[in-house]
Amino acid sequence: MNIRLNRFLPVVLFTLLSVTELFAQTASKKIILKDASGLTLPGGFAATIVADSLGKARHIAVTAKGDMYVKLASPKNGKAIIYLHDSNGDGVFDQKTGFGNYGGTGMYLKGGYLYASSNDDVFRYKLDASEKVINQDQPEKLVTGLINRRQHETKSLVLDNNGNIYVNIGAFSNSCQVEDRKPGSPGKPNCPVLDSAAGIWQFKADKTGQHYSDGVRYATGLRNVVGLDWNQQDNALFVMQHGRDQLTMFPELYDTKKSAELPAECMYMIKKGDNAGWPYIYYDPFLKKKIEAPEYGGDGKKEGDSKFINPVAAYPAHMAPNGLLFYTGNMFPAKYKNGAFIAFHGSWNRAPEPQAGYFVVFQPFKDGKPYGDWEVFADNFSGSKENTAKGRADHRPCGLAQGPDGSLFVSDDNRGTIYKISYAK
Amino acid sequence: MKYCLLFLILGMNVEVNAQSARKPAVKKTAPTKNSALTSSMARGSIVYTSYCLACHQADAGGVPNMNPPLTKTEYVLGDKKRLINIILNGLNEEVKINDETYSNPMPPHNFLTDEQIADVLTYVRNNFGNKASLVNKPEVAKLRK
Repeated sequence: MNIRLNRFLPVVLFTLLSVTELFAQTASKKIILKDASGLTLPGGFAATIVADSLGKARHIAVTAKGDMYVKLASPKNGKAIIYLHDSNGDGVFDQKTGFGNYGGTGMYLKGGYLYASSNDDVFRYKLDASEKVINQDQPEKLVTGLINRRQHETKSLVLDNNGNIYVNIGAFSNSCQVEDRKPGSPGKPNCPVLDSAAGIWQFKADKTGQHYSDGVRYATGLRNVVGLDWNQQDNALFVMQHGRDQLTMFPELYDTKKSAELPAECMYMIKKGDNAGWPYIYYDPFLKKKIEAPEYGGDGKKEGDSKFINPVAAYPAHMAPNGLLFYTGNMFPAKYKNGAFIAFHGSWNRAPEPQAGYFVVFQPFKDGKPYGDWEVFADNFSGSKENTAKGRADHRPCGLAQGPDGSLFVSDDNRGTIYKISYAK
Repeated sequence: MKYCLLFLILGMNVEVNAQSARKPAVKKTAPTKNSALTSSMARGSIVYTSYCLACHQADAGGVPNMNPPLTKTEYVLGDKKRLINIILNGLNEEVKINDETYSNPMPPHNFLTDEQIADVLTYVRNNFGNKASLVNKPEVAKLRK
């Protein structure tokens, strides 16, 4: 503790001058700073607000020069991709332009292209040498006609290093019941949702006009994935699943407390052909087992089929992991290198129990696998503990991106704030 | 225990004393002009907690982009027939309220009795800052196929 304090003393003193609050979190023996951005962060880190009131800012992508593209869930003033530029080098984005009239979530930069998704289609825009979009009005439509039934409809995306694009197609259902979200309704046999959704589809990143038939169902049994990233150490896809809701629909097996705490939100490492088991199983983080879903004959204890893959890490229920980023920068201390940041959008399905989430978590990794316990990294997006408990958050973390200097950007899709988190050595 | 606490809070909202609100069947307040409303509201709050709260939340504020709020909206305060039909048949379309869209489908709640539906709608229409007329059993019965 003392050693830590001494090491961070200059940072702490500086921060005291420029920020509003400082307090020690004794439980984790860490100094937590609540700075001018309103966030609480581990000692040595500071956050600034670099853009605000953008709209429903979903996923974000940062260029090599530090400019940012932001995908909005719905257009604001007719524009749903926002380009941000800092013209005077003061660290705040002061220039804002927009293009693209379709709302959506996916936003990714790779190999001279900006990739974006609506809730039905996937597009890409060619970039010039400074990574500016050349023709804002005429993107190439790579994939079209993906299923969108207004439930888990966002199409998050990421690319590998071999010219493939991975697109989430979420289940248009909670648990594949005969009557969706109806108490006691059984699961449909051979859940038909899995044919066209509840999985990750792989398409070619450079081919226009692709349909389902041109793609590969790369992984199935994933209810809905919003946060996903390509792990360069493993050369593999990692996804965060939004676990099922409303186990209380089977009140004889699950009371409201159990339903608030089950199932885990899971991180999966995905290999081609994997099946994560939705809707037949869910992951119980207390039993550390895959449990058969009540819609398919489960009793809350019976283990599910072992053919379904296990998660590589599990997190508390219903917190809605919307962003995943493997940190490859050099700004943060060594323990963060190659670990995962996860933006938890915050729960709603824990009511009447207090809601949870609305923070960014760090998951340590070693040799390309989760290693050790996750910890809350950036908190207080909601504004207060009361806001969190009520599910009435001021800000809701959603997208993550790494800046060229190794800083971490976080988007908020409630008030359209972009945070930049830096570490002062 | 948590349930009791919730009922306490809900009980206060509906101006039923906590003792009576804690019990499932509430009918002990002295008969007054408003006793029909009061007892319907108390029963309605129990239905709300069991079947509505998970999605529409304890404050009826809903969930952004997903589950619509039940506060100060035409859907709740306006045409009773439309409202009753939403409970009976569910709603599987995009709902727009104050420029916000809500997309989660609501399942039919036709497994509730006519009285439960009347009570919960009366409760929602006269709680959470709402003020609108009662919904009664025959109005529900008429629309149930």
